[in-house]
Amino acid sequence: MTLLSSILQYQFLQNAVLAGLLASMVCGLMGVIITEKKMVMMSGGIAHTAYGGIGLGYFLGFEPILGAFFVCALAALGMGFMHRKTQSNPDVLIGLFWSVGMALGILFIAFTPGYPPDITSYLFGNILAVGQSDILLMGTLTAIVTLTVAALFNQWKSYLFDEEFTSIRGINVVFLEYLLMVLIAMSVVSLIRVVGIILVLALFTAPPVIARMFTADLKKLMQVAVLLGAGFCFFGLWISYELNLASGASIVLLAGISYLLASAVCALFRKKTAS
Amino acid sequence: MAKHAETYHNTITENPPVQLQNLSVQYGDTHALSRVNLTVQEGDFLGIIGPNGGGKTTLLKAILGLLTPSAGTVLLFGSPPRQTRTRVGYVPQVNHLNRNFPINVQDLVLMGKLPGRPAPFYRFSRQDRQEVLDILEKTGLDGLKKRQVAQLSGGEFQKALIARALAVNPQLLVLDEPTASVDTRSHEQIFNLLRELNREITIILVTHDLSVISSHVLSLACLNGTLFYHGEPILNQKIIGELYGCPVELIAHGVPHRVLRSHEGE
Repeated sequence: MTLLSSILQYQFLQNAVLAGLLASMVCGLMGVIITEKKMVMMSGGIAHTAYGGIGLGYFLGFEPILGAFFVCALAALGMGFMHRKTQSNPDVLIGLFWSVGMALGILFIAFTPGYPPDITSYLFGNILAVGQSDILLMGTLTAIVTLTVAALFNQWKSYLFDEEFTSIRGINVVFLEYLLMVLIAMSVVSLIRVVGIILVLALFTAPPVIARMFTADLKKLMQVAVLLGAGFCFFGLWISYELNLASGASIVLLAGISYLLASAVCALFRKKTAS
Repeated sequence: MAKHAETYHNTITENPPVQLQNLSVQYGDTHALSRVNLTVQEGDFLGIIGPNGGGKTTLLKAILGLLTPSAGTVLLFGSPPRQTRTRVGYVPQVNHLNRNFPINVQDLVLMGKLPGRPAPFYRFSRQDRQEVLDILEKTGLDGLKKRQVAQLSGGEFQKALIARALAVNPQLLVLDEPTASVDTRSHEQIFNLLRELNREITIILVTHDLSVISSHVLSLACLNGTLFYHGEPILNQKIIGELYGCPVELIAHGVPHRVLRSHEGE
């Protein structure tokens, strides 16, 4: 049975496709912002603190993904605050938050009574296990991220290019900075179900850098990145379905290989036009 | 030495564009600036020179309210800078910016039209766009308006940043090293433009380029941790020696000789 006919038949596949589309929205919009602001590693740090939240959820007996959201948001704000107040090297902060977040998760899960829960789907994602409540959460987060990026589009553009000029214009860049941290946390959480905490960075980076080869306009860049993300999620899902492979890994590998191919083609093309 | 000399060719107003009183700035244990007193009058064209690490950029940041002084006061048009800095057009150092950012010249200049108030879903008005087109023409960039910033030469990028600052409709233009990565032709064009703008706008510029001082500015400030000199744009070996800590050869080819007025320091 092909994937398309199965999608019509099975609810879990419909959920998977929907989750892929929602994921591509956030990774396209936020991926462009994150790569232009050179915050990829910061996003990695924020993503990994989610593990602490998931552990906390299991330990206290509430929905782990909600725990992931709260801990991610707190960690993101905390990193922003500490960076601003202590002028500490962001590199160091990222490293610390990254490992401390993971360590907390490990401890919380060890303290959780009963059988240890299966946390691999949070680490590596499982788009086929996305349920109705996940879709609801992802949908809400995606809507908030999309609206916030769209509403302040011109302010983001100015902020990303030149923070000082933007603040002299009277725009509150400190607010934008913290808002950006929270948006990253939201994006991470909505991507966890699809590709997992560990693989999330590929979806933040591959679509924007490939899109950058085709366009140099911020809005078009976001649009192309969303389309590419949707393509990776859908075809990654298809590969994983046909070959019976892990879905998160398939999506990420597809994104990585596409990036390599695209840069190779670009390099060849440039050589040709140059000679 | 003409320390803290008053500026002369300018109209004295009640709320001068910039007034620094005993300004000191500290980064941790390092004193970047100590006890700077400086008033910039309306209509002035002030050049600030000094060695690297002498606090030039710090001074600009204090004027713009981008940092909090450890002592002293900064008044911008008679008020704390955070209240009045929207009247300032700021031109940052070219190499502090990401030249690969995906934006074209016209959109870059439009950024100067962004409102300071919270404005969700803000769209630039037809008037904003028309004003930007006029500024692009004035700065000689009208042929490049759809060009990506990454594809501009150093001089063109510098002019685009000046155009963005002009889009603010500023009463004060503040430029940080506007000729740092600019070829000779653009250098000339930029200073001609600034001189023309100076008829209506007060200008402060920071530079390491001593030849600029002679022919273009109306007054001069020498900064190395503190203000060594403020007054007429006349440099002599004594000031330069004090400023840079060693005698600097004043190469002045094709530059009016008033740069090199020697033996008249006191």
